[in-house]
Amino acid sequence: MNLLVQTANDDGGFHAPSILEFFPPALLFEGTPFEINRIMIIRFIAVIAVVLIFWLGTRNMRMVPGRFQSIVEMGLDFVRVSVAEDLLGRKDGKRFLPLLTTIFFMVLFMNLTGIIPFLNIAGTSVIGVPLVLAIIAYVVFIYAGIKKSPANFFKNALFPPGVPLFLYIIVTPIEFVSTFILRPITLTLRLLMNMVVGHLLLVLFFSATSFFLLMFNWYSLFSVGTIAFGLAFTLFEILVAVLQAYVFTLLTAVYVQLAVAEEH
Amino acid sequence: MLHGVLSIAAAAEETRNPLIPEWYDIIWSSVCFIVLFVFFWRVALPRMKKLLDERGEAIEGNIAKADEAQRQAEAALEQYTAQLADARAEAGKIREGAREDGKKIVSEARETASSEAGRITAAAQAQIEAERQAAVVSLRSEVGTLAIDLASGVIGESLTDDKRASAIVDRFLADLEADESATAGKK
Repeated sequence: MNLLVQTANDDGGFHAPSILEFFPPALLFEGTPFEINRIMIIRFIAVIAVVLIFWLGTRNMRMVPGRFQSIVEMGLDFVRVSVAEDLLGRKDGKRFLPLLTTIFFMVLFMNLTGIIPFLNIAGTSVIGVPLVLAIIAYVVFIYAGIKKSPANFFKNALFPPGVPLFLYIIVTPIEFVSTFILRPITLTLRLLMNMVVGHLLLVLFFSATSFFLLMFNWYSLFSVGTIAFGLAFTLFEILVAVLQAYVFTLLTAVYVQLAVAEEH
Repeated sequence: MLHGVLSIAAAAEETRNPLIPEWYDIIWSSVCFIVLFVFFWRVALPRMKKLLDERGEAIEGNIAKADEAQRQAEAALEQYTAQLADARAEAGKIREGAREDGKKIVSEARETASSEAGRITAAAQAQIEAERQAAVVSLRSEVGTLAIDLASGVIGESLTDDKRASAIVDRFLADLEADESATAGKK
């Protein structure tokens, strides 16, 4: 590791992506719980972008929407119709809509910073955002279930109906682990790892491109291939960004729906 | 420069576990979430909801308006149809009246013509009668004279006594007339 990083100091050397990419040096308040580094600033930029777009897009809404308003409406309607109302129904969908909308757009915009030039790293590629959102989802679905009917919630979660009685010895611990332990962990890791790996791949392709290109010999031709891969993966990362935002929101909605359901 | 910083950081810490969150990471993530949540909950979604409600109302209003227009159009059509039927009946009535009038005019004309013809016929007959009378009167005197002359010639005696002669002729003619009227009466 040291060797690689040392060689990176030489111009044209190969800069291998490392996990340290996700721990850039502090810019402000170093050492305090309010330390701000590059990735924190990127998150702030994403938050400002969300607020700005949706504030402007909903500021002066017309009955017959213009182009910009249509896009904003489409985004909000996507969460409202295909996630919230589809899974939770009209009443519960309305209750949890602010949460689901926030999760969707926060994850989406923080994912997209990974492919935006000069930002180049996803705000969700450090564990904080996925973890905080997963904990919120966890707290919310347990709260929703307990508020609806505590007995029903725990019965459905731990003792799924239609299982022979003696099998509960096995089923109940499995259900307990999967519902109350694995759900937040999988939510966190799925998003985090997608973004970490996506970033590392892009860094790998583009640093390889620069490495080959700056050799100024026949090996420079390799840079054509690596940059092509880099561009392809950039497009793929857009897809992943949208998909992961959708999956995170959808799973949160599903957990809430399972918690408030009368029966499985 | 970034590389330089990186190498220093790398020297300071060999490696970091990306699964162990830093406090600042958690805190700023929470701040981001809270800002966005409050924004969507308090600003963006209520605005969106308001718009959707307004749009729904507008659509309903438009539907009501369309219904109203439809009803009006139907009423107008009904009225128009009724008017058309009235007009048709009116036209029929007028046509009927005209036909009646025509018939009346024709019959009147026919009456006038026939009475005129009757009048003309009567006038002609009267004229003919008058002429016949005149002819009869003139014939009577002529025939009288001729008959007297003839009789004078036959009996060789001048029946110049006009008084007698005219008496004879008158008697004869009266006989003749009586005879004629007798035959006419027989008929």
